[in-house]
Amino acid sequence: MIDLLEQYEKMHDNNIMLSFKGEVTFDLVNSILKIIEERLNRTEEDLKTKKKVYNVLVECLQNLCHHIEESASEETFGTKTAILMVYMNDNTYHVLTGNYIQNKNIDHLRNWLDQINSVSKDELRELYKKILNNEQFSEKGGGGLGFIDIARKSGQKLNYNFKSVNDNVSFFSFQINIPKHEL
Amino acid sequence: MKSLSLSPTSHTPFVSFDAETGSIELKGRSTPENSVEFYEPIMNWLDDYVKSPKETTKVEVKFEYFNTSSSKCILDIFKRLSVLPKNGKKVDITWFYEEDDEDMQEAGEDYSDILGLPFTVKQV
Repeated sequence: MIDLLEQYEKMHDNNIMLSFKGEVTFDLVNSILKIIEERLNRTEEDLKTKKKVYNVLVECLQNLCHHIEESASEETFGTKTAILMVYMNDNTYHVLTGNYIQNKNIDHLRNWLDQINSVSKDELRELYKKILNNEQFSEKGGGGLGFIDIARKSGQKLNYNFKSVNDNVSFFSFQINIPKHEL
Repeated sequence: MKSLSLSPTSHTPFVSFDAETGSIELKGRSTPENSVEFYEPIMNWLDDYVKSPKETTKVEVKFEYFNTSSSKCILDIFKRLSVLPKNGKKVDITWFYEEDDEDMQEAGEDYSDILGLPFTVKQV
């Protein structure tokens, strides 16, 4: 039997607010957002921080939802599940997501994330406006703005890595840190 | 022309578009599953409205949150409204943000900048 006390203490010590592994559907996204919002309402007094965390989470979850549909349709690995974790320490909120990605899509994603990480705050704002105004969005929306928005709202660099699973598929791990707003 | 009103939900905004008074109001949250689908009736209403608009159209936008997939739809709303001044009609757009919400303030400024349309951006 899994040692639940050990698991409980680990989650407690790491200040884990939410941990989930499974299929990410729109209904689930709404439930997760509701849970996090309630928790933030109880524990986070700063409205600005609360909004930033919520906003970043919305985009992270949307990315998961969107990506999973894409990869499921091509049936490489046959999994539609992802992992999500939210925890708080050192006055910083951390949102982590992980999902499978087809190897052929890695370069495109890596280039996009590196591009976002390489530009200044003002350049990021200009990039956002440019994409918002010029580029065609996909049917469900999104269109590449999600990661820019995450970078803008958090004011932090995007952390990520890809871990190879087999010839076709890798696991994409993503982490964004949102420092608490200094009052 | 019929007015358009939608009740807010946890992931869609309050919508009140009144052709008789030329008053357009959007407020709350916008994180729908499919933004294009949610905003479609709003776009259709606006396409009709701009054909026979009031002398002055008053627009009030008060978002608490919106996701990036809604952001393009919100731009499309303003794009439709931006034809009004070109046709000699007036459009007054006020973009509200909640206290200290610099992100939402910037979002209003960004829209105004993209469209070349003056917005009143102010704290609630």
